[in-house]
Amino acid sequence: MGLCIEVTGGGKTYASARGPVTALADVGLEVREGEFLSLLGPSGCGKSTLLRAIAGLDPLTSGSITLRGAPIDRPPERMGMVFQRDVLLDWRSIRDNVLLAAEFQGLPKRAHEARAMALLDRFGLGAFANRHPWELSGGMRQRAAICRALLCEPEILLMDEPFGALDAMTRDDLNLELSRIQQDGARTVVFVTHSIAEAVYLSDRVAVMSTGPGRVVEVFEIDLPRPRPLAIRESPEFARHVAAIRGLFSRLGIVKE
Amino acid sequence: MAEASHAQGIGGTFAVLLALLLAWEAAVWFFTPAPILLPPPSAILAELWSSPRYFLRHAGFTLWTTLAGFGLSVVLGVALAVAIVASRWADRVITTILVVMNSLPKVALAPLFVIWMGTGAEPKIAIAVMLAIFSIVADVALGLRSVDPDALALARVHRATGWRILWKVRFPNALPALFVGMKVAISFALVGAIVGEFVGGSAGLGHVILIAQGQFDTVRVFAALFVLGVIGTLLFYMVEAVERLALPWHVSQRSQHGSSPR
Repeated sequence: MGLCIEVTGGGKTYASARGPVTALADVGLEVREGEFLSLLGPSGCGKSTLLRAIAGLDPLTSGSITLRGAPIDRPPERMGMVFQRDVLLDWRSIRDNVLLAAEFQGLPKRAHEARAMALLDRFGLGAFANRHPWELSGGMRQRAAICRALLCEPEILLMDEPFGALDAMTRDDLNLELSRIQQDGARTVVFVTHSIAEAVYLSDRVAVMSTGPGRVVEVFEIDLPRPRPLAIRESPEFARHVAAIRGLFSRLGIVKE
Repeated sequence: MAEASHAQGIGGTFAVLLALLLAWEAAVWFFTPAPILLPPPSAILAELWSSPRYFLRHAGFTLWTTLAGFGLSVVLGVALAVAIVASRWADRVITTILVVMNSLPKVALAPLFVIWMGTGAEPKIAIAVMLAIFSIVADVALGLRSVDPDALALARVHRATGWRILWKVRFPNALPALFVGMKVAISFALVGAIVGEFVGGSAGLGHVILIAQGQFDTVRVFAALFVLGVIGTLLFYMVEAVERLALPWHVSQRSQHGSSPR
């Protein structure tokens, strides 16, 4: 498997009223082509900062990030992103919110309408295409946001704690759906979360981050077979992966036994 | 249901106004003040009835300068707000000019506009713009700025150009604020038009009031005021009606859609 994204010596320092704050220091990370990689860590470890740098939104202050060898200094082509909040625009219908991904790039809306409807159908939102965001539940809204990110068939999908604001049952549903769509496309996903179980369930590899300053501590291979039913979370192999990661967190002093 | 309650609201307003007019009529009949001080509403209506073409002609002039001033304020105001948001340099220059302009009493500038533009419609429109534009610029600039930072990030992830972000995110986001500004501006535009008519010219309800005052024709002054009140109220409700049509999605307009299932 080839290398997709590579972060070397990544550092990020903010200027603040109390002097400079180091959010990331000497981050090294490799994301392979077509894999699902999670950035897992406690809040404040800089995982979202790292993701935004990979997205080309906020550059690092030191080190480099490359996409297939070329440095990322602005958002690359064929990339989609899902945020913690759905960021749907109130004045547009659900379908038009999904089509926004094409409109922003100046691509013809017409050419994407069929795909937008197909995506909405696939995520169970077909009947809600003409509704407005405020008429939908939180889970449905986040599904629409995922459809928007997938509209232009991205090669890279970045997800910044996309299910963090949802209830546990909706979260399970969306984990299952995300795991399913990962099956059918050669798509590289970088997924930020602070849930160990979610990271293990979804990922091919989990990069564990720590605070003070933010850095990648260790990368775990998750060799669970795919497709993964939700029940895989009760299997001994699953528990073994979760225990290994939790063990690292307690050695780092992030979780206390 | 919302339509019905809206109609009820208008019906209620009329009932209150009618009651006030009747109380006024009764008070004049009871206390009999000098007609030059306070005529009864019936005399005012009779005055309007006796020369409808005269009042229509002057009201038409005031209406036209008000609407022209209002329209220009909206177009110029939105353009200035876009410039303010787009460039820090433009922000500094335009905001400084607007603040200075807004702190000058416009009534004091009116004679100058008559010197520059004569006694036709132009100085009235100019004064209306001066009064109305400030609220448009201030509100629209705020609306253009208060965009969800994540929405901007989303646009940038999809490589949207600045113009596309303006048109697809910032501008729709600023529409509710534009209507707030327009509701203030429409009343200010009417004030500006009347101030212009007071200073010079031979048309408009402001001119009617000035002439009638010179002749101590109090009934005619009141008649002109009555027409002004009707015009001002109708203009305000007109802006509100357009707002209801343009912003069905906004929180303030949503009651008729029912609550969300969340």
